[in-house]
Amino acid sequence: MKEDIISQVKQKLGDKILNFFEKNKKRYYIEIDKKDIVECSKILFDDLGFRFQTASGVDCEQNFEILYHFSYDKTGQIVSLRVKLDKEKPEIESLTKVFKAAEWIEREIWELLGINFVGHPNLKHLLLSDDWPQGNYPLREK
Amino acid sequence: MINDMSENNKRKIIPIGPYHPLQEEAEFFKLYIDGETVVDIDIEIGYNHRGIEQISTMRHYDQIPYTVERICGICSTSHPFAYVNAVEDLLGIDIPLRAKCIRSIIGELERLHSHLLWLGLAGHFIGYNTVWMWSWKYRESVCDILELISGNRQHYSMFKIGGVRKDIPKDLIPQIEKMCDDLIPAIDMFKGAVMDDPVIHARLKGVGVLTKEDAINFCVLGPTARASGIDIDVRRDDPQQNSTAYGLVEFKVPVLNNGDVFDKAVIRILEMYESIKIIKQCLAILKKEPEGNIEIKVDFIPPGEGVGHYEAPRGEVFHYIRSDGSNRPIRHKIRAPSYMNVASNKVAAVGQSIADAAITLAAVDPCYCCTERTVAVDVDNKEVVYTWNDLIKLSQQKTEKIKKML
Repeated sequence: MKEDIISQVKQKLGDKILNFFEKNKKRYYIEIDKKDIVECSKILFDDLGFRFQTASGVDCEQNFEILYHFSYDKTGQIVSLRVKLDKEKPEIESLTKVFKAAEWIEREIWELLGINFVGHPNLKHLLLSDDWPQGNYPLREK
Repeated sequence: MINDMSENNKRKIIPIGPYHPLQEEAEFFKLYIDGETVVDIDIEIGYNHRGIEQISTMRHYDQIPYTVERICGICSTSHPFAYVNAVEDLLGIDIPLRAKCIRSIIGELERLHSHLLWLGLAGHFIGYNTVWMWSWKYRESVCDILELISGNRQHYSMFKIGGVRKDIPKDLIPQIEKMCDDLIPAIDMFKGAVMDDPVIHARLKGVGVLTKEDAINFCVLGPTARASGIDIDVRRDDPQQNSTAYGLVEFKVPVLNNGDVFDKAVIRILEMYESIKIIKQCLAILKKEPEGNIEIKVDFIPPGEGVGHYEAPRGEVFHYIRSDGSNRPIRHKIRAPSYMNVASNKVAAVGQSIADAAITLAAVDPCYCCTERTVAVDVDNKEVVYTWNDLIKLSQQKTEKIKKML
């Protein structure tokens, strides 16, 4: 059973997987291309019954990374989908059409890291005040 | 403050929030009402944004448990718990058995006092002030035990990477056991008061329903999810054997299906029995283990990333840590359960009457103090109509009315 769900993930995502890393039996990191994020999330969330935990945006030296953490509660395994976005025009499709739970976290990443979410219904400030200076993103490394 | 005249211009707006000096997570609910019915709701948060994720990347690893402990006053041990789980996941270490048990004991004591706090406030909101007084009276005994163990009633400062900071000496164990035994009849009483009272049935059943479909869509957590028929609990699903004792003890995860306030209340009451069970089993292990073996030394955090989570009283707390090999993390992502649960009020509160709004918004346990200040403003003539106290009064009057009808 425990092996099952991960091999199902591997099989369903197929050649969308750019890099597969097994940290241990409970934690998996899968790198995918940013254009596949909606499709991969649908596979995990709708088809396989994963639960969306949250997403974490990281400013790395070469690019931005977003990790979408999904939990499979029947076995307690966590699969994190990693996408890399270029620094010039960080942009990715919104997941709000797959699940409502993405709405707040995408707003948060948008305002703190300046990553644009295409197709988000309500991309406005969540944590920062509405008159926060434009183009000032607190979590970007200087 | 209220100038949303566009599409809702004929409706009144009841703002709940945003600020109160006691709150740990501020939120601002804008209820659009039509007569007595809530027709739409806007949720605004961020009033208490302190940038803890950023602050955390400026501390070294050993300081962070204290920092993240201050995210929340009520579930103050859940954040360090998830944080050390994340770092230990990164390291891949296995901590001593005694430390695992102490961690779980502290976590469960916290759940007890948090649920008792919620129960008291929920009672107050619907006009059962006796429940409020009694519930908080028993909460005291839990806080006393926490003080006995850690020296603090809140912010216990017990967690560190690789173990815990303080041991539970053998001579404290009988006192903890006695507290647990004394608490069981009290919980029996609360259970009876909720389950057998026709007024509470009439007042809370079918109120603030969150369907299973919506619950999955909003990815809600903890008692909010379990009352809507979603069988999840991090303690059972992913016990993180190397960091906690939950894999070594037996307990049940109560799940109900109606998704209303009544079920959320019952879930929390039933969970308290399970917490006591866990504490007692952990104490039994402690008795057998030699004292003092409570940590392993960790000198160096290698580059890498780790994910840790823990079932806080309100649901899953999630921490993500990334290290570059220095003494500080380069990224620390924190997601508290209310982040997911509060958003679900968007569907749970709409369609309810104003008298039910207070208890519905409160049913996800969003750390109440936040919503303590409210005024209702008539948009047309800018007149203040309701205060928060009026809202509670409305809620309590409805209970009185039901009492007379029965």
